[in-house]
Amino acid sequence: MENQLAPRDVLGQTLIELAEEDSSIAVLDADFCTASKITAFRDRFPDRFIQVGIAEQNMMSMAAGLSTVGFTCFASTICAFCSRRACDQVMTSIALPNLNVKIIGLYAGLFVGKNGASHQSLEDIGIMRSMANMTVVQPLDARETIQVLRYAARHRGPMYMRIGRDPLPQYVPDDYVFRPGGSITLRPGGDVALLAYGDLMPQVMSAAEGLASKGIQARVVNMSSLKPIDEEAVRAAARETGRIVTVDNHNIFGGLGSAVAEVIAEKAPARLRRIGVRDVFGKSGTNAEMLARFHLRADDIEKEVRDFLGPRFHAGNAPG
Amino acid sequence: MESEMEKIRKLEEIANRIRIHVVKMIGCSGIGHAGGAVSMAEILSVLYFQEMRLDPLRPDWDDRDRFILSKGHGCPALYATLAEAGIIPMDLLPTLHETESPLQMHPELGICPGIEMSTGALGQGLSAGIGMALGAQWKRKDFRVYVLIGDGESAEGQVWEAAMFAGHRRLDNLTAILDYNRFSLTGRVEKVMPLEPLSDKWTAFGWHVVRVDGHSVTGLIQAFRLAREEKGRPTLIVADTIKGRGISYVENTASSHSISMTATELAGTLRELGCSPGEIEHAVSVRKEYR
Ligand SMILES: Cc1ncc(C[n+]2csc(CCOP(=O)(O)OP(=O)(O)O)c2C)c(N)n1
Ligand SMILES: [Mg+2]
Repeated sequence: MENQLAPRDVLGQTLIELAEEDSSIAVLDADFCTASKITAFRDRFPDRFIQVGIAEQNMMSMAAGLSTVGFTCFASTICAFCSRRACDQVMTSIALPNLNVKIIGLYAGLFVGKNGASHQSLEDIGIMRSMANMTVVQPLDARETIQVLRYAARHRGPMYMRIGRDPLPQYVPDDYVFRPGGSITLRPGGDVALLAYGDLMPQVMSAAEGLASKGIQARVVNMSSLKPIDEEAVRAAARETGRIVTVDNHNIFGGLGSAVAEVIAEKAPARLRRIGVRDVFGKSGTNAEMLARFHLRADDIEKEVRDFLGPRFHAGNAPG
Repeated sequence: MESEMEKIRKLEEIANRIRIHVVKMIGCSGIGHAGGAVSMAEILSVLYFQEMRLDPLRPDWDDRDRFILSKGHGCPALYATLAEAGIIPMDLLPTLHETESPLQMHPELGICPGIEMSTGALGQGLSAGIGMALGAQWKRKDFRVYVLIGDGESAEGQVWEAAMFAGHRRLDNLTAILDYNRFSLTGRVEKVMPLEPLSDKWTAFGWHVVRVDGHSVTGLIQAFRLAREEKGRPTLIVADTIKGRGISYVENTASSHSISMTATELAGTLRELGCSPGEIEHAVSVRKEYR
């Protein structure tokens, strides 16, 4: 655990590297840079850092304006306030004119320190995903975060990045390069497919191990590109396993589960079970307390998957 | 009849107890927004024990005065005040931030008596207060509405939308209090987003502005009286305060915003606030590490 990095740990340094290579990079913050660790960028490039104060709406439209003059803008604050607070500014000033603004959201899903419901973001994927022109990504680990930021700096257009707060192991391979609409299979398996992203991956991976010990081979796929979604990976999972489980650190409405359901309904018939926060608000508590409260521990996931597969399921059965 | 001096001493004592509760709650639960909680201890003491019309036995009495903590993260001080006032039980305080506790890290209407509005996303409380003040007028009720806002929070556009509206509608049953503790989350308000000339701005928006030392009980009593007597305009009380006041090792710093206390820091702070050795020992023994 000790030397694991959190996705947010690499934000400041990666933005510095990008700005060293590209003089058009600008960073905006709404009084959150000490928590997002973007302070490193502020101190290195004070002239390309804009502190707007606690004014998220102002920040988003300001970033939009700045981008029209040729700057690649990274605007950053808590996920909940990027999406809910500044929703219309993101839509009208950034997404509609298709501007080059990259939104960095911190404190994804339930994991927000102990801050509770007002700071948890169980709606942001749904909000951002439903805006045309918007790309939505939650990088899995620190390594993928660097990749996603590099992609964001090179490609034009609006993007929402949902950045985890706490350390987790490195999952993506060393030579991995992020591509929107891609995915990474972290574990092969033909009995059921677990599609997930972000900070619940440790729980999902250990659920898959638990299932394996009972003879059930679960495929685990990291779906960091939430929009566009990797349709081919969903179709392959449908074809090859017939049973898909999605795991969301988000409300089950609007998150990965919804995105996968859309693909399945139109293009790839399969059975689906959505795991996530079941249309209730969050609570104060540590990550461990949130996992227990919202039934997202590895054991809960494993149990849910076995319930989904049914009592008569035997490993190796043809999808039915 | 208690003398003026006794009254002031009592309000100062309550403010000190609010600080002690806050330090115990945050120190023992592992982490919390301390700086902006203790900076408003005197304001809350004067509001709840002098200024506001309340009936602790009927927290939902229609005619009660309303208080909204717009900078919701300061709520440990509000929970402590509600407990001191008998609106919530004292033994609820140690459950601060627990998952099933009514004392969430940001206040929520409907799960905790005495909380008049859910807050935590900054900038919204004054608008909600306007709704209540208008409602009072329409129902011909004489209750008053108090909204406490932060200086960092004052960068939110909605604060100024609300200020413009309340000035326009001459809501003299509405009083806002600005906890001018000079720091937001990342640094000095003066650098992050300066507010000055603050009084001129609010006056231009149609408000009556009173400036006061926010740690002076006498000053605050006077300020609230002026607010009550002002007709035809809402009042803003600009309370000059010190962030982290009473937690000496973080006083007047941005790092007081959210703290975890070591056992030594907890004990030392409680000692400075005048707690007995037994009380300190107990607090340290129930202290939890922040995981
Ligand atoms: C809309 C919104 N944006 C950002 C935050 C994160 N946040 C919590 S407290 C805080 C600083 C508040 O500063 P101030 O209003 O001065 O409060 P105080 O100093 O009294 O603690 C910030 C940025 C939030 N709670 N709400
Ligand atoms: Mg402040």
